[in-house]
Amino acid sequence: MSVWSKIKRAPSPPHSPPSRGLLLLVMLIFLEGTVLTLGAASSPDISAQDNTGGHDHRGIAGSHDHTNYTYTKKAFPVLSLDYHHIQVPFEISLWVLLASLMKLGFHLIPRLSSIVPESCLLIVVGLLVGGLIKLAGEEVPPVLDSNLFFLCLLPPIILDAGYFLPIRPFMENIGTILMFAVVGTLWNAFFVGGLLYAVCQIEGTYLSQVELLPCLLFGSIISAVDPVAVLAVFEEIHINELLHILVFGESLLNDAVTVVLYHLFEEYSGAGEVTPMDVVLGVICFLIVSLGGIAVGAIYGILAAFTSRFTSHTRVIEPLFMFVYSYMAYLSAEMFHLSGIMALIACGAVMRPYVEANISHKSHTTVKYFLKMWSSVSETLIFIFLGVATVAGPHAWNWTFVSVTVILCLVSRVIGVVGLTFIINKFRIVKLTTKDQFIVAYGGLRGAIAFSLGYLLDKDLFPMRTMFLTAIITEIFFTVFVQGMTIKPLVDLLAVKKKQEAKRSINEEIHTQFLDHLLTGIEDICGHYGHHHWKDKLNRFNKKYIKKCLIAGERYKEPQLIAFYHKMEFKQAIELVESGGGVKLPSAVPSQVSMQNIQPKKLPPPVAERALPQFTKGREEEIRKILRSNLQKTRQRLRSYNRHTLVADPFEDGWNDFLLKKQRLIELEKKMSNYLTVPGAIPDSPTMCRARLASDPNAFYNIKASSDGVPTIQVDLASPQSPDSVNMLNEFSKEGQGLGQREGGADRDEDQGLMMKPAGKGEKGEEEGGNKNPGLMRCLSDPGPSNEDEEDEPFLP
Amino acid sequence: MGASQSVRTEHEFQDVADRTGFSLEQIGNLNKRFRQLSKNEETLSRQDLASISALDNNPLRAQIINAFFDKRNLRENEAGTVQVIGFEEFLMVMSHFRPAAMHITEEEREKLRREKLRFVFNMHDTDSDGTITLEEYRRAVEELLSKAGTIGQETAKAIADAAMLEVASTTRGKMEPDEFYEGITFENFLQILKTFDIETRMHIRFLNMDTATMRCGK
Repeated sequence: MSVWSKIKRAPSPPHSPPSRGLLLLVMLIFLEGTVLTLGAASSPDISAQDNTGGHDHRGIAGSHDHTNYTYTKKAFPVLSLDYHHIQVPFEISLWVLLASLMKLGFHLIPRLSSIVPESCLLIVVGLLVGGLIKLAGEEVPPVLDSNLFFLCLLPPIILDAGYFLPIRPFMENIGTILMFAVVGTLWNAFFVGGLLYAVCQIEGTYLSQVELLPCLLFGSIISAVDPVAVLAVFEEIHINELLHILVFGESLLNDAVTVVLYHLFEEYSGAGEVTPMDVVLGVICFLIVSLGGIAVGAIYGILAAFTSRFTSHTRVIEPLFMFVYSYMAYLSAEMFHLSGIMALIACGAVMRPYVEANISHKSHTTVKYFLKMWSSVSETLIFIFLGVATVAGPHAWNWTFVSVTVILCLVSRVIGVVGLTFIINKFRIVKLTTKDQFIVAYGGLRGAIAFSLGYLLDKDLFPMRTMFLTAIITEIFFTVFVQGMTIKPLVDLLAVKKKQEAKRSINEEIHTQFLDHLLTGIEDICGHYGHHHWKDKLNRFNKKYIKKCLIAGERYKEPQLIAFYHKMEFKQAIELVESGGGVKLPSAVPSQVSMQNIQPKKLPPPVAERALPQFTKGREEEIRKILRSNLQKTRQRLRSYNRHTLVADPFEDGWNDFLLKKQRLIELEKKMSNYLTVPGAIPDSPTMCRARLASDPNAFYNIKASSDGVPTIQVDLASPQSPDSVNMLNEFSKEGQGLGQREGGADRDEDQGLMMKPAGKGEKGEEEGGNKNPGLMRCLSDPGPSNEDEEDEPFLP
Repeated sequence: MGASQSVRTEHEFQDVADRTGFSLEQIGNLNKRFRQLSKNEETLSRQDLASISALDNNPLRAQIINAFFDKRNLRENEAGTVQVIGFEEFLMVMSHFRPAAMHITEEEREKLRREKLRFVFNMHDTDSDGTITLEEYRRAVEELLSKAGTIGQETAKAIADAAMLEVASTTRGKMEPDEFYEGITFENFLQILKTFDIETRMHIRFLNMDTATMRCGK
């Protein structure tokens, strides 16, 4: 085969990674293709064989059913091949593996991934694999079979999108999004369908047998913007939030329109005509489909939220609830022919705020990672299958039809967007500029949903089905390849505003809340029941009734600002630990400014005179050794765990207790003047830093009276430098000892608060004091999404 | 109603319209509301505003009412508050909430931003000294969280501290341990809220919409 020979002949320098990657890629493709071919090839043979082989085996085993078998003794089969036994799961796994390896491979080749979007590459891979299968003479499996696609491949992507949907921009632009989704899709469907019919009627195209209704059906299939394709392409161009949410929201919400139109035209294509009554029914159907879908999703979302309230003792299966409830929402909606996509979105969006308040941080990460993983694999598979299906499917190429389709789609999209924007801008405060309109129009990509819908068409009812499929595939290829590849340079060329990478600062959050309340107040003064008024009412209703039901414990009272603040603390703490313990604090709150800089000075600060303590080398070594041994002990302990109980993460359950303690401490602090230093003035070795962080354990873990096994260094409480903070330390240890056993599992005796006694200096004591500024020195092991190796290093006390 | 209305003629409205940027229709509606609130008096006092029941649930109630009587918002360059305000002053405060026009230049946009941010700044800077000190910021955050119960109060301080630190480090960079950061000046305020698109967020739709949909109810 040509590919193979190419590999043999290529005298490429094998040491440069890109070409190595390319080589690897090609070999992988070939390998996978071969195995799949083999799989496809061997299955009929083996299945034929199996019938007799199976009987033989059973016969040998001594089945009493076959009374007239002849037993001939053969050599005991030491090794046998039984592919049929595992065929189906094996092939599925092989496909998934192929998809994942492809994803890996693309990123090994640096320049490729920046020029060509992943979706294009995946379709090409699909084409290659399909080609290989076809070359082997086997029938390509109908991989984009609608059941597989709609029930297995699509839900993870939509759930991922729905769960992480940014609610605020979505709701702010909901009017615009709905306009584009509903009116825009209707316009596209009728424009394309109608004009295609007109073209078909023209003499000389040999298409006159295509009637109006099938044309309209085709129009409705092809006019829907596809969420998978949009996600795949827009993810890489990092466009600003407004445009992203507009196009993406449109692609999600147009599902209801597509479903209704599709069923309507399919239903009546047989009859050949649509009466006004049917149109009215269609409109009613649309309302039922969309609102029903949302309602189903919301119900399951609330169920999931309610269930999560009680999962505090079985944290392991928390993510499972969320996935299962969401999937059931999708299936239930599909059962009634409601819009499954809208159900999923509603479920994810409704359940998120409540579930996030209830589940543990590890579960939260699990959910995040699983969703991302599944949706990523699904997306990859969908594009590969598109390629395979292109090679496989029966094609009926008709130049006129196909080219007119492609042109009409583009034209109708542009006209639709421009026209709608003109109307919408009258009602928007932030108007959509021409650049925005261009991106919205250009970003209307079609994808696999259109193909699957076409595939679902009945062959008998629609004799021109193959032609339709060919046209759909061409349109998909055109949008994904041409539009997908060129949108990135166009975005740069037009200097469209990109996504702001800046971290959300606490000041912005404070002012967001502030502004909300301010505007609500002004609206009340004006007597106008506007946007803010209703939002405020909804929030209050939410807080008063819903949160109480759905959120466990006391957390339902927590206002958003505080939740945000805590989240920020976590993030900073993780970054702190990640960066090796404080040598370089994250930029959000750099360590150059400390509390004393902003505190109004009440006492003459002994700051200037305070000499920062220096440890002697020997002392440092001693401290390091002790810490290391303690760390090791903890690591060993945490490694062994039962599959059914996660190691009780002390942080998890301790958080609430910690909050209470923090409150008490805050009251305490009010009595004293603040003398807080954000440590960071001394660049420390990681061990030292961990020690510093570690000297903060009283807040999180059970601190018991020191056992004699572990050497502990006591803080010299009589240190003169920082009387206040040392008092706090005292409080800490008192409180800590008051906390009883909380978790089963890990024996915490060795988890002593490492109390350091630097030679007479109060530095460590101050680090305890540093604890008082929670946002800055919080070192929690809350794994964030970007934290890949959290699991390797359990947080060490 | 008749006697007081004859005082305000179309001509005078036009004058006000030019100065505050409202349309005549919007001014007419706001005038109606003003009359309703002030019970047909010429001036509005704090009690009139305080009697709006819908404001009771608003944590920023006191500050919003104060903002109406704050001289700095009434385009006078003095500090202090007034006891009562007339319709023109009412309009002037309201004009801070006008949305941006569609095609405005960068300069005008900047000016609008400054105007709106100045309003918010004045709300925080209660002693009118031109800076928001730590105490003032703390009080602002506490007010914001005042409806949140005890958890709110205790965390408010920490939040305000963290926010202040952020401002200090963003605007001043590295500071020596004995330097003192007095407070957030207006320029600093602008800087930290640079990415906050206040010119598009701080507006009331009412002032842009068709008056037929306005409800003058309480």
